[in-house]
Amino acid sequence: MKTHLLTAVASLALLAGMASADEVRVYNWSDYIDEDLLAKFEDETGLKLIYDVFDSNEVLETKMLAGGSGYDVVVPSGTFLQRQISAGAFQKLDPAQLPNAGNLWDVIQQRTDQYDPGGAYSINYMWGTTGIGYNVGKVTAALGEDAPLDSWELVFDPANMEKLAECGVYFLDAPAEMIPAALNYIGEDPDSQDPEVIAKAEAVFTAIRPYIRKFHSSEYITALANGDICVAVGWSGDVFQAQFSASEAENGHEIDYSIPKQGAQMWFDQMAIPADAPNPEGAHKFINFILDAQNSAAATNYVWYASGNKAAQEFIDQEILDYPAVYPDEETLQNLFTTRPYPAKVQRVVTRLWTKIKSGT
Amino acid sequence: MRRFTLIAVPYLWLLVLFLVPFAIVFKISLSDTALAIPPYAPTLDLSSGWAGLRSFFAELDLENFWFLTTDDLYWKAYLSSLQIAALSTVFTLLVGYPIAYAMAQAEDAWRPTLMMLVILPFWTSFLIRVYSWIGILSNEGFLNQFLIWSGLISEPLIILNTNTAVYIGIVYTYLPFMILPIYAALEKLDSSLLEAAEDLGCSRLTAFWLVTIPLSKQGIIAGCFLVFIPALGEFVIPSLLGGSQTLMIGKVLFEEFFSNRDWPVASAVAVILLLILIIPIVLFQRNEQKQREAEGQ
Repeated sequence: MKTHLLTAVASLALLAGMASADEVRVYNWSDYIDEDLLAKFEDETGLKLIYDVFDSNEVLETKMLAGGSGYDVVVPSGTFLQRQISAGAFQKLDPAQLPNAGNLWDVIQQRTDQYDPGGAYSINYMWGTTGIGYNVGKVTAALGEDAPLDSWELVFDPANMEKLAECGVYFLDAPAEMIPAALNYIGEDPDSQDPEVIAKAEAVFTAIRPYIRKFHSSEYITALANGDICVAVGWSGDVFQAQFSASEAENGHEIDYSIPKQGAQMWFDQMAIPADAPNPEGAHKFINFILDAQNSAAATNYVWYASGNKAAQEFIDQEILDYPAVYPDEETLQNLFTTRPYPAKVQRVVTRLWTKIKSGT
Repeated sequence: MRRFTLIAVPYLWLLVLFLVPFAIVFKISLSDTALAIPPYAPTLDLSSGWAGLRSFFAELDLENFWFLTTDDLYWKAYLSSLQIAALSTVFTLLVGYPIAYAMAQAEDAWRPTLMMLVILPFWTSFLIRVYSWIGILSNEGFLNQFLIWSGLISEPLIILNTNTAVYIGIVYTYLPFMILPIYAALEKLDSSLLEAAEDLGCSRLTAFWLVTIPLSKQGIIAGCFLVFIPALGEFVIPSLLGGSQTLMIGKVLFEEFFSNRDWPVASAVAVILLLILIIPIVLFQRNEQKQREAEGQ
């Protein structure tokens, strides 16, 4: 159970210290790396690695826009990255210091090009989808054998949600992902930036609001694993972590993840170097270290998010490569959509709508 | 000279820790958002001299304060925060006063230990203490397990992620701030005054009402301020223990700052919050002072 509060406190503590040339400070998403890699990086480079985590793009973005974050490598998602690049938050990468960049996967690069053309500022860390995590036993108990597990109907149809409310449903507290999902469900363009179209999402959420127990972007991992809830709209790898925790604990909860057939949002987390990074050289070393095929594979084998690294696939467990919820097949891939960042005015509309959905005010 | 230094210290404190930060926040509240670092404009650039300073002030306006009046979210959040803070203060007083009273009545040998026990929770991080309430209040938490085990209820009570949990969190967190000033006031209480009241025909209860309570008034006032003021802008407790429907100005501020990246509007919200707090407190203090002067004459 982590929240942005913890990370905020952690980074305050960090700001209090002074940066030095033999330190690299990395700010990444929570539960997003095999921690053995951190020790390995320190052994290989002799640099001291300070690794902090966050669980929301908004918190990261505020640090970037405030400047002087003290971090050398940060990992925003594509849409946020694009906006931060235009605000001047990042420095261009030096290809000479990234010999492993050739390992990148062109299929993913083509898609991240829309946020950062040519990858001038960023390197893909991992990518994934926003879909539905569920407790197989509890959902079939509530909805029967023919529960629409592969469809957004599971969470957006009030008839289903009414029955699921009893066993508990969490939604991500991330309007930039939830609103596109709802728009996609009602057949509108999920990437719409037209306030009138975005407003249509409200009705979808209002109808199911009474049945949503909580909006939160990380607590659902534990809640799913413990059986506190039976359905969560969440990020692919997080649901796999819940699945893993539940099977480790042998608590009888079988957790699974589905990419709804109507389509789901595909997102990309990109490693970038802040413009005012104290140790850009060390930052390049860290990114190049992650770009190494075996290191990248180790991270994916641990967190079960798909890697943007083509060469790593040789070392990734076959089980993961064959799992369509992590590495979607061609047909599913066609159905995945990406979104652009909202302009400031539209962002305000989206945030306001989200507050209204959550609090009723 | 020594006197001047003595007076200067609190004023310097006020200047550095209150007026300067307030001026910065107020200045941002008059700015506009921008896609830049920092994300607002204009920023103060002293290198361009007078002309730069003049154009800097020309670009500031009250637009963001007007904006707050166009959406009912803001005043609803202020009202709801005031309500939560006021009710929590009352609950804290109801719980804290008896504890402080008991401490003051305890034997002298016991008092340092009791005092220690009140302060002890501060040795653990505030964040961790609030987190542990999640473990106590959740559907499968200790409280529900105990109540179900004891047969009092058959279905778990839903407390976590409701306003009730927020009240519990605030009362728990701020209780020491209520107990300590009241205890300080009660400890000094001259017990012969109570004996005199009883000699004059007061029952113990009436003596409590007519003597003890008025004499501990300063402690009660100090305790209420110490609880009410931080509770009004509380963010951690409602975001950890409260539900999505818990509307508090701290959360609205967070959204403006983090989700909308609108530092100017966030600053305007903060400025208004400060005014809501300061104006009544200043008026209250002035009134108190007048009363004291009137009594003195």
